[in-house]
Amino acid sequence: MSNFFKDTDIDTSQAEAIVTETLKNCDDGELYLENHKSESIVLDDNKIKSSTYNSDQGYGFRAVTGEVVAYSHSNDISKESLRKSSENLKDTLKSKKGTYNHEIPKTNSKYYENINPIESKTFDSKIDLLNSVNNYLRSKGSIVNQVTANFLGEHKSIEIIRSDNQVLKDDRPLVRFNVSVVLEKDGKKETGVYGVGGRQSYDDYLKEGSWKDVCDEAFRIANVNLESKPAPAGEMKVVLGPGWPAILIHEAIGHGLEGDFNRKKTSAFHNLMGQQVASEGVTIVDDGTLHQRRGSLTIDDEGTPTENTVLIENGILKNYMQDRLNARLMGTKSTGSGRRESYKHVVLPRMRNTMMLSGKYSQDEMISSVDKGIFAVSFGGGQVDITSGKFVFNCTEAYEINNGKIGSPIKGATLIGDGPSILKEVSLVGNDMKLDPGIGTCGKAGQGVPVGVAQPSILINKMTVGGTKL
Amino acid sequence: MIKDQEFLKDIASYCIENSKKLGATDVGVKVIHSVSENVSFRNKKLDESNRADSFAVNLTTYIEKKKSSINSSDLSKSNLEKLIERCIDATKITPSDENNSLPDKDLMSKEIRDLNLYDETHYSNDKKIEFLKKVEETASTDEKIVNTEAGFTENKNNFILANSNGFLSGYKTSNFSSSCVAVSKINGAMERDYEFSSTRFLQDMMKPEEIGKIAADKAIKKLGPKKIKSEKIGVIFDKRISKGILSTLASAISASAIARGTSFLKDQINSEVFPNSINIIDDPKIEKGLGSQNFDSEGVETNSLKLVENGILKNYLIDTYYGKKLNLKSNGRSGGTTNLYFENGTLSFEDLLNSEKKFLYITETIGHGGNIITGDYSVGASGFMVEDGELTYPVSEITIAGNFKEIFKNITLANDLEMKYSTNAPTLLINQMTVAGK
Repeated sequence: MSNFFKDTDIDTSQAEAIVTETLKNCDDGELYLENHKSESIVLDDNKIKSSTYNSDQGYGFRAVTGEVVAYSHSNDISKESLRKSSENLKDTLKSKKGTYNHEIPKTNSKYYENINPIESKTFDSKIDLLNSVNNYLRSKGSIVNQVTANFLGEHKSIEIIRSDNQVLKDDRPLVRFNVSVVLEKDGKKETGVYGVGGRQSYDDYLKEGSWKDVCDEAFRIANVNLESKPAPAGEMKVVLGPGWPAILIHEAIGHGLEGDFNRKKTSAFHNLMGQQVASEGVTIVDDGTLHQRRGSLTIDDEGTPTENTVLIENGILKNYMQDRLNARLMGTKSTGSGRRESYKHVVLPRMRNTMMLSGKYSQDEMISSVDKGIFAVSFGGGQVDITSGKFVFNCTEAYEINNGKIGSPIKGATLIGDGPSILKEVSLVGNDMKLDPGIGTCGKAGQGVPVGVAQPSILINKMTVGGTKL
Repeated sequence: MIKDQEFLKDIASYCIENSKKLGATDVGVKVIHSVSENVSFRNKKLDESNRADSFAVNLTTYIEKKKSSINSSDLSKSNLEKLIERCIDATKITPSDENNSLPDKDLMSKEIRDLNLYDETHYSNDKKIEFLKKVEETASTDEKIVNTEAGFTENKNNFILANSNGFLSGYKTSNFSSSCVAVSKINGAMERDYEFSSTRFLQDMMKPEEIGKIAADKAIKKLGPKKIKSEKIGVIFDKRISKGILSTLASAISASAIARGTSFLKDQINSEVFPNSINIIDDPKIEKGLGSQNFDSEGVETNSLKLVENGILKNYLIDTYYGKKLNLKSNGRSGGTTNLYFENGTLSFEDLLNSEKKFLYITETIGHGGNIITGDYSVGASGFMVEDGELTYPVSEITIAGNFKEIFKNITLANDLEMKYSTNAPTLLINQMTVAGK
């Protein structure tokens, strides 16, 4: 039984009939229903700055024939609204004729529990913890200029009704806990940010005082940056630390391997399938099946179970990430990568948890091999132009390397590179693969979705570092 | 189609009355309805059509100095009743903050001026398709163009903002926009560029042929870029990105950044932060303006503000909460700037390009490398080399870096200001920045 039609003038079987009738001459499509509850509680400047609860519900009705997608969404779940959407879709596709593909794999695996993190921790205890964070950080001395901490929690229930009454459901918890601290010393101010999260309850990430580790890490980063000097400018060797710096992989090659850009031939990778695109020791996967990870999904937003997709194996390009539409048009199968931000958005092929697997070198070996370069430990955000292949990301913690030794911290600088060639510049792959702490959100076509990344330490032979010191 | 004011007012009043009944001492609410229709094309064929019909209620309840909020898209009274109860429960147990309050009554907007922000014309999907065909036909005439994408979006929006001090007002707005992205290719390497037009009124849009032609020309010009050597050089910002300087200024002078002490312009009020030839204005009352408004997101009257006069920082952007922290009155900037722009400089575009032998002309930046706390700036960039006033060859895979404090003091403006966005700047020159390349 569906909860979406309770208190409406329409029941499940009537909705199913509208879906089947609307899609009868289409290649694909579905009615996607979503109920989304979320909360945000923010402590800032010694006060609870805001506490907000959001409740959103609606449907997105999609019909696909050939390359054409017709979409209509509304938060009014009613007979009239669905009929109007149906007319709209049929009108757009009136000159097309398709054959509905009923095939959709089934799964019994679940990668997270159906819990509602908002309700599983009391409001009072969240406020108390935020105040404890503030007190703990401010007790580190007058150097602490500003503290911001916040809880972001959500519970999303989705239901996908396909033609001929196929119904698929998923319930997805997601939390994130973030701390940001600004330190001031000798008139200089610097920030440190750290966070944790995933598809469990808050307390799974914060138990036994582990929230203090989050505070300590934010404080440590800000402290390092207080001592930073101007970053160098120009091409040099770069050692990336393990974990979160894998957003390099996400930006540099992940986006370029999404099915839509390759079907449309607008990706710099579209004619490189089966070719050597990375050094031999490089293997990269996109895995939606890791338990409780931020980027994991039991089924994607088209109902396809997720999988562990091998993108690059020992340097050879093996697969793109596909949703149903792009897979059909490219003559292959969906990889369970069809995602959307909400019922207000169309499905696009997207990343889940993108990971470079471990090699055999130690981080020390990498650093000692570098005469002049930088060691980048933590990053802010990144961006890519998938057509030219150029990508950037910003260091938030980095050091210079001189004669094989780590030197002074350097100011935040942007690193720029070329996607299709950067992985050929990876000369050493570390043995220390690490997952990120569960904080990533990826933006594409105005849609944000939670993702994860992982990598070991890597040595890149040549990258442009965008500092100010020539 | 779009719901009328009475429908939205009824919901706003319901929220205020029920919150008060449950113990709220003050209430603020916004009710919004928007309908959006989008058609997109790819390589001269229909790719996607998308119709969106969305409601939203944003409610904030106060119990003395305690505050909490809820947002919902379900306007049914049974849902609202439950959510209001939840909001009041959360308000009761949220710690109080002496700066929480509705805006002062005497600052509230008293009358609504018709700023010509709503065009009721409906452009049917068939007409959008005709428009996009013309865009893409023009965009794909040159054989170097291998891919085109174009879209047309029509937006109609109506809202009511209300609070328990008796404020209840709103109005309709519309937006028509079309864009084209062209991909060019030579020797296996591709480049991408775009053009777009976004206006309140359909009749004011750029012609489709113009949009397509500009996107294609720009994408072709970028082909075969070189990476240049690292050096310090004068950098010219194209109009597409020069407005970013104003967005940075706006973040740095928001009352929140100032009150929290997290702005590189803290304590710079009444100091010279730009060269003395520079004036920066934020004017909410421009007819048909993309950033125009009668009042801010709290209902406070907004008027034109000189943020920078003869290079001197004159005003912060102030809302009620941070205004109280700073002991300043709101100047109607809750929600940020409106139509923000540099007054024109004196040099023509050509004279600016000829003012030195060699420049780097940047048309696109990538990444989020601006730090509002320290003023440090480092982003990826692409554009052209300028030699003796001529754009000689395209440049890419470089970064530009500096600090905003110095960047601001080294700006020279051209006189080619155009009001194309809500934030607008003429072409501008920054005397010297560090470019990292080879």
